[in-house]
Amino acid sequence: MALKPIIASPHADASHAIALLRDMVRIRRFEEKCAELYSASKIRGFLHLYIGEEAVAVGAMRALTPEDTVVATYREHGHALLRGISPDSIMAEMFGKQEGCSRGRGGSMHLFDAATRFYGGNAIVGGGLPIAIGLALADKLQHRERVTACFFGDGAVAEGEFHECMNLAALWKLPVLLCCENNLYAMGTALKRAQSQTDVSLKASAYEMPSWPVDGMDVVACEEAAHRAALAVRSGDGPCFLEFRTYRFRAHSMYDPQLYRDKREVEEWKKRDPIATFQNRLTTQGILDDAQMKSIEDEVASEIEKAVAFAEAGTWEAVEDLTRFAYSEEKPR
Amino acid sequence: MNAPAQKVKITYREAMRQAIREALMRDPRVFLMGEDVGAYGGCYAVSKGLLDEFGPERIRDTPLSESAFVGAGIGAAMNGMRPIVEIMTVNFSLLALDQIVNNAATILHMSGGQFNVPLVIRMTTGAGRQLAAQHSHSLEGWYAHIPGIKVLAPATLEDARGMLWPALEDPDPVLIFEHGTLYNMEGEMAADAGAVEISKAAVRRAGSDVSLITYGGTLGKTLQAAEQLAAAGIDAEVVDLRTLRPLDTPAILESEMRTHRAVIIDEGWRSGSISAEISARIMEGAFYDLDLPVERICSAEAPMPYAKHLEDAALPQAATIVATVTRMMGGHG
Repeated sequence: MALKPIIASPHADASHAIALLRDMVRIRRFEEKCAELYSASKIRGFLHLYIGEEAVAVGAMRALTPEDTVVATYREHGHALLRGISPDSIMAEMFGKQEGCSRGRGGSMHLFDAATRFYGGNAIVGGGLPIAIGLALADKLQHRERVTACFFGDGAVAEGEFHECMNLAALWKLPVLLCCENNLYAMGTALKRAQSQTDVSLKASAYEMPSWPVDGMDVVACEEAAHRAALAVRSGDGPCFLEFRTYRFRAHSMYDPQLYRDKREVEEWKKRDPIATFQNRLTTQGILDDAQMKSIEDEVASEIEKAVAFAEAGTWEAVEDLTRFAYSEEKPR
Repeated sequence: MNAPAQKVKITYREAMRQAIREALMRDPRVFLMGEDVGAYGGCYAVSKGLLDEFGPERIRDTPLSESAFVGAGIGAAMNGMRPIVEIMTVNFSLLALDQIVNNAATILHMSGGQFNVPLVIRMTTGAGRQLAAQHSHSLEGWYAHIPGIKVLAPATLEDARGMLWPALEDPDPVLIFEHGTLYNMEGEMAADAGAVEISKAAVRRAGSDVSLITYGGTLGKTLQAAEQLAAAGIDAEVVDLRTLRPLDTPAILESEMRTHRAVIIDEGWRSGSISAEISARIMEGAFYDLDLPVERICSAEAPMPYAKHLEDAALPQAATIVATVTRMMGGHG
């Protein structure tokens, strides 16, 4: 597949391109560290890595403003980092420390942050979609010009909730940017083994909303599509659906022996690694040199090192407080 | 100030409608959403006329997408609105169970206290109208199992009128169960009836021989039984739980300590029911004050039959209560 010249994108001046690369590297290295910490038993529970899919979140999140809202899945470390939640508090959350962004109550699958309007971290497949619909409905009712971006995987497409929500979003013309991260597998079930129609974007089209597939391994394509879709959503015409076609390089979670897919398939997709291909593209075009790449890696490494130290130094919440926040502590007004 | 409060004749349905209407007038963040709440006027005519008065934005008809519109209520609640979601009946709430149990009940705790869900969900519950097995469930006890939500069961006109506003003011999700046989109940209510408190049980009939503990649709039958028992010289106290979660344990124990005998009347099935929970709390808190084992009158352990004589036999009835109490008191009157 021929790479498009970077100058084809209106946003792709050199520093912007390097920023996109840095974002992807940040997520990749952060998660590689998470995997290592999982093996070291510092992180427990389920850990779902986004490795291979970074271009999607990096591209899509570029179309959002701080006022906008994000609803993500249990594979959300990247989205959380990009949204601006501090790596320290994300790592502390994975360690289960009370300095974590969910006070150690959520873990890897349930990162939340009110300050950046990050509404999880939702670990029931498809379960974030109705919430996104409601967040957007509130914005519409209160005449706020926000976009709610909702991320979900191809597995969600099989859920009844997905179809209910596609319909409601379009019927009520809600300002939702629907981002399907189609990595071809719902845990171990291949899309083609689960869907009669494997073109996910067509399903959304059936609900009368603009919808199109995007090369989810190409960060520039992801960003362009997200900007275009977000613009359409902001115009008030209702939702937009993007099917980001991507691939997860790692196992579904840390427990997955990957019996359901051929190693050769994984290797084929790795040739399209969103980071390696983009890095090559920038190098070929003379935008990136080794020194710059090293500086990105160093910067990222030091951020991660700091996050791990922060998490290590974090404290355990008192057991007496475990039922705290089952209900609110103060009544409003 | 000492003038007798003016009374009005009103039905449970009208009392509930007044409550919704008042909430819509008092708070612009409030809206009603559900199946057939608008053009149809509500399956049980509770919201009749409200569409004309408040318009389709605030009296919002939904498609038959329970999961999506309940989840949308959660999202809207987290984003500044105060939704009243009406699920036509508890039977259909099973299609939204994921949103209620996995989202509404968990998000505050899972997010470390960041996102509360000030959502009210109303639904009709119960049997007694020959609607057979799929339209006759009493699952409020099930919901009362779940930390993170509150469960109310208005059984009187005053509670139908007064529970909604405090439920809307509550920062956390509140489920209101309206027994289907109550909507036509007519009686006198103070013209200026308003908000009531929603955490305490109420003694509806004081008595000294036995505590009849009940809620919702069986309150009427229990009061009727108490009158029949009085005629036979047995002075029964009737406790209306009003709130199933949190349970007002002190009120239950206080009544038990007055009468030393307890019968729990619950339209739910006996196994794993709220009646089992109440019985356990009496054992834990008032064991040595009991003169007799706690008894329970619940629905027969079978799906609800259609035929009237079978349905009558399946449900707690005043006659069963009288018979049970008379037998209990036989050697102890």
